[in-house]
Amino acid sequence: MTTTDRTGGVNRRDFLAASGKTAIGAAMVVGSGTLLMPAQGWGMELKALRPETMATMIQMARDIYPHDHIADRYYAIALRAHDDASVDDDAKKALLEDGVGDLNARAGKKLLGGATGDRSYLDLGWEADRVAVLHDIEDSDFFQTMRGSLVVGFYNQKELWPKFGYEGASADKGGYIERGFDDIEWV
Amino acid sequence: MTAPYDLNDDSVVVIIGSGAGGGTLGNELAQKGIDTVILEAGGRHEAHDFINDEWDSFGQLAWLDKRTTSGDWRVAKDFSGLPAWIVKAVGGSTTHWAGASLRFQPGEWKALTTYGAVEGANLLDWPITAEDMAPYYAKAEDKMGVTNTHGIPPLPGNNNFKVMEAGARKLGYKRVHTGNMAINSQDRDGRTHCQQSGFCFQGCKFAAKWSTLYTEIPKGEETGKLEVRANAHVLQIRHDKDGKVTGVLYADADGKQHVQKARIVAVAGNSIESPRLLLNSASSLFPDGMANSSGQVGKNYMRHMTASVYASFDKPVNMYRGTTMAGIIQDESVHDPSRGFVGGYEMETLSLGVPFMAAFLNPGAWGRQFAAAMDTYDHMAGMWIVGEDMPQESNAITLSDEKDQYGLPAPNVHFSDHANDIAMRDHAWKQGMAVYDAVGATQTYPTPPYPSTHNLGTNRMSAEAKDGVVNKWGQTHDIANLFVSDGSQFTTGGAENPTLTIVSLAIRQADYIAEQMGQKAI
Repeated sequence: MTTTDRTGGVNRRDFLAASGKTAIGAAMVVGSGTLLMPAQGWGMELKALRPETMATMIQMARDIYPHDHIADRYYAIALRAHDDASVDDDAKKALLEDGVGDLNARAGKKLLGGATGDRSYLDLGWEADRVAVLHDIEDSDFFQTMRGSLVVGFYNQKELWPKFGYEGASADKGGYIERGFDDIEWV
Repeated sequence: MTAPYDLNDDSVVVIIGSGAGGGTLGNELAQKGIDTVILEAGGRHEAHDFINDEWDSFGQLAWLDKRTTSGDWRVAKDFSGLPAWIVKAVGGSTTHWAGASLRFQPGEWKALTTYGAVEGANLLDWPITAEDMAPYYAKAEDKMGVTNTHGIPPLPGNNNFKVMEAGARKLGYKRVHTGNMAINSQDRDGRTHCQQSGFCFQGCKFAAKWSTLYTEIPKGEETGKLEVRANAHVLQIRHDKDGKVTGVLYADADGKQHVQKARIVAVAGNSIESPRLLLNSASSLFPDGMANSSGQVGKNYMRHMTASVYASFDKPVNMYRGTTMAGIIQDESVHDPSRGFVGGYEMETLSLGVPFMAAFLNPGAWGRQFAAAMDTYDHMAGMWIVGEDMPQESNAITLSDEKDQYGLPAPNVHFSDHANDIAMRDHAWKQGMAVYDAVGATQTYPTPPYPSTHNLGTNRMSAEAKDGVVNKWGQTHDIANLFVSDGSQFTTGGAENPTLTIVSLAIRQADYIAEQMGQKAI
């Protein structure tokens, strides 16, 4: 059986590594501090965390609160505070780096039937498989730190509210007295 | 025309707290010409300062000082440092409240008689009756502009109400309306009518909802007999060798401590801080805390049986538009033991914005089921359920080992549901979901209680000094010139949102204090 590869016979990961970049899932790591999402047209500079760690955290964030109509960058924005805090907080940085390391180790075992290797959380293709790993660590400080920060940091983004149909502040528009507080038609 | 009083002026009535109880009492006394100082722990934010943003407003208004929790209630696990969602600001929790203003039902004033003894519950009849309270309820409703009373027209129903109403009618419920709300349905008392902004909980920027902040307090200040001192956090109540109260120790905005002398002190810091203050005022004369000869200070903490039901539909609702709680089903508020519990509950419309819905729909939940519910946000309707919970002596405010910013023991809030509370909640969830199923809900969500907004009972009123902390006037059994003026007086909680009753009790208490002062009894 033959296969074709869009990178022209060279494994994408090897190709990127040869050019000073590494791929991790849909993301691309440049140097030691930049995470790029080429297909989505955005990237982020990391101050303390490894870009690979942030890429995994973004996937984990989506698996915790999976909204398929919301792009990765909103999850990344919600996680940025963790990178900022890790600059001066070694314990926080260790919690996140070690947490992602543990997540990858568990994913590797799942993929390789008990052996560990270089396979990672991002290599688990199905959400259900990743979620199964998350359930195993649900009570950990790492998971609860991630979930607890996301439930505020993710859903409190004003830019996201229209995607949920929420209009936010209303007093500056005179409330809803002339703007549909009682406009329901189906009951 | 505020009246600044001297720290050494020992002729003043000092009220601790400026919410429904303290703010009302302060104005009522000032109107009678009595010199009054309200010490408010929080700052003064006027209506135009309020923020139409859930988390930012929470940061502006919420009481976030150190508190700890214990007991089997889920709040202790999900919000361990935040047992209550109440306010630290001038106006107290009347800035945040939803406006629902219901009278206790006659039988609820005598819960022990009406329900009989309930195992594990510390039930007691109030030492006052529905007849005693009727004229004060009438005064409070008029003061607050409560809709559907005194000829005040109802509020219009919003989208969320229309869904709940349609479901309720299909289930056969009869007592369904837009509530008795202390929110102007027409311009009244110098304030505009409801603009349906949907941010009742964040402080009404239009001042259409009654709050002591822009009603009682400025009216009292206009008399020249009321001073409201903001950022004055009371740490301790002082007394003389005879056990008579002489003043209070408080910290100002810079943490500097002062003693304000007083002829009378009235405690109105809500049902966590009020008993905590009495306990933190322990002395050699009162080793178990002030006014605590009964041992009941801090005990019998009630928070109402609460829950919510949200439901998703195949068509939009936009529940967040308009008055948050202008909608009620009252059919289940009766005492009908055939349902498997004593007491009753109200079903009231409720909505949260996206940020708070994420935090409170099912705290701690994650994954696709949770996200799918959030994805239907604008297709959701919601209700809050509020019913009578059983007073239990073991549910209590006690002094924690942890300290607050002043080095004083923080309050620990211990709560576990009584079996009656659980049976009522299960019934209410089932009925609430049935309401929405009746109009075609595609999903329903039985949401657990939020951090407590109705904190009650921790300095309870009793006929006998051995059974409670205050008498039928809110005067402590032990100390004649020490009063309690907030919801901590409640002997039992009733099914109703408590603010109207707190305000009515404060009006009544003001009459009594004035009379006693006139007689030089205090």
